[in-house]
Parts: sequence; C-alpha cells; structure tokens
Amino acid sequence: MADTWTVAGKTFSSRLIVGTGKYKSFEQNAAAVEASGAEIVTVAVRRVNISDPGQPLLTDFIDPKTITYLPNTAGCFTAEEAVRTLRLAREAGGWELVKLEVLGEAKTLYPDMRETLRATETLVKEGFKPMVYCVDDPIAAKQLEEAGAVAIMPLGAPIGSGLGIQNRVTIRLIVEGAGVPVLVDAGVGTASDAAVAMELGCDGVLMNTAIAEAKEPVVMARAMKLAVESGRLAYLAGRMGQRRYADPSSPLAGLI
Amino acid sequence: MVHEGTISIRVNGGHRRVPAGISVADLALELGLEPTRVAVERNLEIVPRSTLADVRVEDGDDFEIVTFVGGG
Repeated sequence: MADTWTVAGKTFSSRLIVGTGKYKSFEQNAAAVEASGAEIVTVAVRRVNISDPGQPLLTDFIDPKTITYLPNTAGCFTAEEAVRTLRLAREAGGWELVKLEVLGEAKTLYPDMRETLRATETLVKEGFKPMVYCVDDPIAAKQLEEAGAVAIMPLGAPIGSGLGIQNRVTIRLIVEGAGVPVLVDAGVGTASDAAVAMELGCDGVLMNTAIAEAKEPVVMARAMKLAVESGRLAYLAGRMGQRRYADPSSPLAGLI
Repeated sequence: MVHEGTISIRVNGGHRRVPAGISVADLALELGLEPTRVAVERNLEIVPRSTLADVRVEDGDDFEIVTFVGGG
C-alpha cells in the first residue's frame, strides 16, 4: 500500500514541503523543487512590482496546477496582518489551504502563540484550512488543533538557523498527542536533521534555507528527499531498542 | 492644480492619478498587470476577482495589489 498522508482532505505522497525563498534564480528554484520530489511549496504574498510589471513571476517556473502552492504569512507579527495576508492569498490562488505563522520578534523569529491562536480561530471561522507554525510545546499544539488547525508545524530550531531538531522529546510528545498531521517546520540544516524529524514519527518536514543556501541546492534537494524517505521508513520499521553496553552480532556458540 | 477627468488614488502605498470612471480591472491593465494573476484589496476589503471589471475606482481609493513570490 502506498504510504501517503492527508491534510484537509488532500492526499500527498511526498512528505517534504519546500520553500521558494532565497534561491539565486527561478530556474534553480524550479530544479530544486523537482529534485526534492515535493508536491507542496510555500510561497509568500507581496505587493506586485508596479515599476516593472513585466518581470518574470514564480508561477512561470513552478506551475500551481501541478505543485500545490501553500501561501504563508511570513513577516506578519500580528493576527490581523496574517489574516489580511491570507484573505488576499485566497483571492490570488483560489484555495483555502494556507500556512499561518505569526512571529513574535525579529531576532529569533519565534512564533507569538497568543496571536497565532487568535489568527487560527479567525481563519477557521472564515473557512480557511490553516497549517500552523508553532512552538514545540505539546499544550500549545493541542490548543491549535482544538481551534481547527489542519496541521501542527512545530519548529525544530529557529527559522533559517540550520541547527537541527533541538528538542526531540517535545516533538515526539506533539506527534503522540496530535490528531492532525505534524510537520517539523524550520530548523533543519542537513539531511540527517530531516531524517531525525521523520524517525520521531512526524508526517512531514518543511524546509527552505537548508536547500536554498546549500552550495549545491539541487543536490541537497535530492539528499532531503532521500532523508525524508529514509526517516519515514525507519519510523515504520520500528527501530531496535538501545542498550548501555555491547551485544555481539555473531553467535557465541561454536567459537574455536 | 486641475486634473480634468482624473481622480487621485493610492496603489501599494504610492500616489497615482487615473482616468475617472475606470474599473479595477482597467486599473490592473493600466499598471501592466494581468488581472487573473493578482489579488486586489480596496480600502481594506478584498475585491473578488470575478467582480474586478464591475467595481469602479473612486477618488481617494487605497489599493493593495499583491501576487505570490518566493518565500519560506
């Protein structure tokens, strides 16, 4: 049976969601998306360039008909800004599946959970299906789910830091307690970090900088695809128990 | 200064004069934008894409016109 996951009624095979920021060119971005195997990309909503309207657009390179665009609210620091941004995103794209993030401060880009929860409630009332970036706190995750979040997306480490999964215990607790998909969003630096997230039982991983700022983004995109698949398989396989001391792999009987 | 037949609006934070009586769809085209690829907010209210050609631009209107760009 195919190993798929479903969010807000849409089913996906790839468990890797990639961002579309920080790339050198649209061409490189499109090649990285292709190599990653991602079926969902995050996008930002920004003012059109009125002084030079003829510039190429992201949609010219990554086709929203084949790749699901997940509009996000990066850069929003209040619930009102985030909701306003997503209302525009819904009009631009025509779909309800969105990524909510409401940031608390520029230094850490940690989410402001009070504003995030308020925005989630408003969005759900208006018919949106928000996937929500949040702190790695199992209680906050539960509250978001109760408010109608269609996916919980705790940070592994600060956005763009590449520090890897800092608290496996809390990510694991969120996974165990959640009735909706859980995806690590932010903090992944390299392939092993993505594998760790998946081994913890997450339904997926979202990343941008780890691919875009690699020396070879397209190669890293493929590494991430394989890491997410490996981590998922290891989770499904069920890892061995850990021991404090050695346990020989070869039989002790029949030694000469 | 007299501007016969024009009205004063704001688009993405900048001041602009446009002919009186144009629709929001006309405004997008005048700005060189494809109306089906943008979302328009007028005085903090979304203008549904299906009504862009029906909504008339009024003097003093404040528009935000956005699209999708690369982001994380």
